[in-house]
Amino acid sequence: MIAEIGQYVLIAALVLAGVQAIVPLWGAARGEAGLMAVGDRTAIAQAVALLIAFAALTHGFVTSDFSLSVVFQNSHSLKPMLYKVSGVWGNHEGSMLLWVLVLALFSAAVALYGRNLPPTLKARVLSIQAMIGFAFLAFIIFTSNPFARLTPAPLDGAGLNPLLQDPGLAFHPPLLYLGYVGFSMAFSFAIAALIEGRVDAAWGRWVRPWTLAAWTFLTGGIALGSWWAYYELGWGGWWFWDPVENASFMPWLFGTALLHSSIVVEKRDALKSWTILLAILTFSMSLLGTFLVRSGVLTSVHAFATDPERGVFILAILAITIGGALTLFAVRAPGMKGGGLFAPVSREGALIANNMLLTLAAATVLLGTLYPLILEALSGGESRVSVGPPFFNATFGPIMVPLVLLVAVGPLMAWKRGNLRTASRKLIPAAVAAILAIAATFLAVPDGPGLAPFAMGLAAWLGAGTIAEWGGRIKLFSSAPTVSLRRLSGQPRSASGMTLAHLGLAVMIVGITGSSAWRTELVTTLSPGQTVEGAGYAVTLESVTEGRGPNYSFERATLLIREDGKLVTTMLTERRFFPVANQTTTEAGIRTTLLSDLYGVIGERGRTPETANAWTVRFFVNPLVPWIWFGALLMSLGGFLSLSDRRHRVGAPRRAANAPPANPPSQPIPAPAE
Amino acid sequence: MKQIPAILALTILVVMAGGPPALAVEPDEVLANPVLEGRARAISTELRCVVCQNQSIDDSDADIARDLRLLVRERLVAGDNDEEVVDYIVARYGDFVLLRPPFQPNTLALWLGPPLMAVIIATLSVLFYQTYQRRRRAGTGPEPLSPSDRAELDALVERIASTNPPSPSSVPRSRFRAEIEEGLKPPPDPDDELPGADESSDNDTHAGNADTQRQT
Repeated sequence: MIAEIGQYVLIAALVLAGVQAIVPLWGAARGEAGLMAVGDRTAIAQAVALLIAFAALTHGFVTSDFSLSVVFQNSHSLKPMLYKVSGVWGNHEGSMLLWVLVLALFSAAVALYGRNLPPTLKARVLSIQAMIGFAFLAFIIFTSNPFARLTPAPLDGAGLNPLLQDPGLAFHPPLLYLGYVGFSMAFSFAIAALIEGRVDAAWGRWVRPWTLAAWTFLTGGIALGSWWAYYELGWGGWWFWDPVENASFMPWLFGTALLHSSIVVEKRDALKSWTILLAILTFSMSLLGTFLVRSGVLTSVHAFATDPERGVFILAILAITIGGALTLFAVRAPGMKGGGLFAPVSREGALIANNMLLTLAAATVLLGTLYPLILEALSGGESRVSVGPPFFNATFGPIMVPLVLLVAVGPLMAWKRGNLRTASRKLIPAAVAAILAIAATFLAVPDGPGLAPFAMGLAAWLGAGTIAEWGGRIKLFSSAPTVSLRRLSGQPRSASGMTLAHLGLAVMIVGITGSSAWRTELVTTLSPGQTVEGAGYAVTLESVTEGRGPNYSFERATLLIREDGKLVTTMLTERRFFPVANQTTTEAGIRTTLLSDLYGVIGERGRTPETANAWTVRFFVNPLVPWIWFGALLMSLGGFLSLSDRRHRVGAPRRAANAPPANPPSQPIPAPAE
Repeated sequence: MKQIPAILALTILVVMAGGPPALAVEPDEVLANPVLEGRARAISTELRCVVCQNQSIDDSDADIARDLRLLVRERLVAGDNDEEVVDYIVARYGDFVLLRPPFQPNTLALWLGPPLMAVIIATLSVLFYQTYQRRRRAGTGPEPLSPSDRAELDALVERIASTNPPSPSSVPRSRFRAEIEEGLKPPPDPDDELPGADESSDNDTHAGNADTQRQT
């Protein structure tokens, strides 16, 4: 019964989206306020309908209603509650429902908080959002209905992929979708602006918070996914250039470029058509990612669907959306007026360089991801190549080096015309830090890979440069501490957010370098009580016990890790067997310090009689690896901090038109600036 | 986001022991000679487990990955150099096994793509910048203020001025207004000294344009 309600509201949402796609747009064209206002109501109603549908599906999973096909295929009565709930989006149908739900929530947020938007712009934005929503709702209802019933209902479900039964992965998809789908806002604003034919600084201000929010969520989502890979897949890797990872990374790269170019639109009224194009490209990458993952074109851990019908449907959505948007862009963009003039050496110039490098990086990832598919399709399956991590490391790395060098320089540039001499004087601390870091790394790890010290130098350059820029802004050391403190509290949050995010990048580079360059590893076979030395530690397999979890059985090993005879840590690592899926997973034992991770994993038990009481034990020392996620966390925090800047608050920006001129002077008016 | 491509060489400390046959790099596969083992690991990260999704044979626990790992080590022990080992594997499994696709006719676009795109993007942005400058010098700047915009501006200036009572540090209304208008005007020729380039703006580079700086 509840599933039928879900089915009903899903169809209602489709109808609402259809209305919302047409009526406000028509109203905006005719200038009828009544028609335009329809969009607000339908957007909110659509969000409510999809919340109900989502709740209905969640109810099906929580109560293990195996008469629902999706629940049967992806759940099991013995599964812990957390994974029953996360199972809702741990499958094709449910994850698409989450996709449209997030889309509808963003639309509703515009309807509710976008009071300061000019009515025509708001109406058009809501219509574009609804067009996307309509397409995907139709996709769900016609090809991937989550509420399809099975008769007779099976007694129990087939279970969720055990790899996905993990807290990290339970929250990874919602975060990722908030980012992915959040870029639809930038897209809709871009299309609406193209229709209106007006892009100005105010437009930049409206778009920035949405882009920033989406970017922040996406950063968090990607980081969570890579963290999961690190502790769950059992060999300490955290990024594999897997097509599915790339599918989320490409919108991130374009989104990062968009974030920076929209600053130029807002502050300087320049780069407008480029920013519009970036907004289109960013969301196109989100759609492409949805296509790659959902169509089954690539099959990997994440890609659960392998139905070509679905692929063709999404491909059609993709083609219409991107093709339509780019056509509109080609028609309208040439008419757009450029804004403020600037010299090549300037903040604008630096941000353009940032955009060029990020676009190049994203295009390279796109090429590498699609190349094998295109080649195979063009040659009719004759010609097959693999494009793996060596390709991406060889191409992506060199693009990142100038970008990172530039990140420290850009914020030191003034708008319009920067002064290289002033900037380079301010970069002295960064250069000193870089040289020190290179030298220190050479001395500390003389026999490591030759490029590693330079990577550390790059990180130090960025870190020190960012801190020096921040210190300059608050006049640290160059004036009295009280002055610095006052300036510190007077810093716009968006500026502090930038500092934090750039610092996060520096920290992340340290982590990436450490984990790729100086990882040490010990692979051995141990019986309980045996000790082996290696990687600078003595590893003892103390005991192996067997037991049962909620829906699995496990072998749990206790590892004692000693350094110079002193016990460093006692580590538990498990090998879990899920009978429903007939699959084994590992839980690594990780002891983390600021400087490194000790990472232990128990492998298979011996099969021959003489090794029946011995287990494979893998032990890794992953130097600096926690810095990767600490850096990602800083980047996300920077995003949130910047988002909390009152100039970014949703609805805060206004085209001066809305300011009531007859404001009584007694009423305090928010200051126009931070 | 791996920054450092070439440094996948792992330092490997391996203790030999008889072990069970099975998954990923197993103790029984490991070669006694650490130099050879190191080379084997480096080669393994570049070879695809052909039945897996985007996994190298070094990471995979599929049977075929184990077979390939053993094959790589067998060839190394037999005295092959790294290139010969890879060629040996490619001869049996095809180019598909290479995670780093070889530079050949069907991968030309792949390998030349990134540098080509770099050149194109750089050229386009220079061209764009030049056209942009020329057009601006020709005087097609932002439109002048419309009467309604001007009225809005007046109201805004009035409003801000009325809420911030004049203090010694505050800017005279006329100057404030002049600055806003200045910001809206097409800037002078870029070869002239542009405003905003002086050192005093460095502290506030973030606050950027005039309307956000006035507060201090």
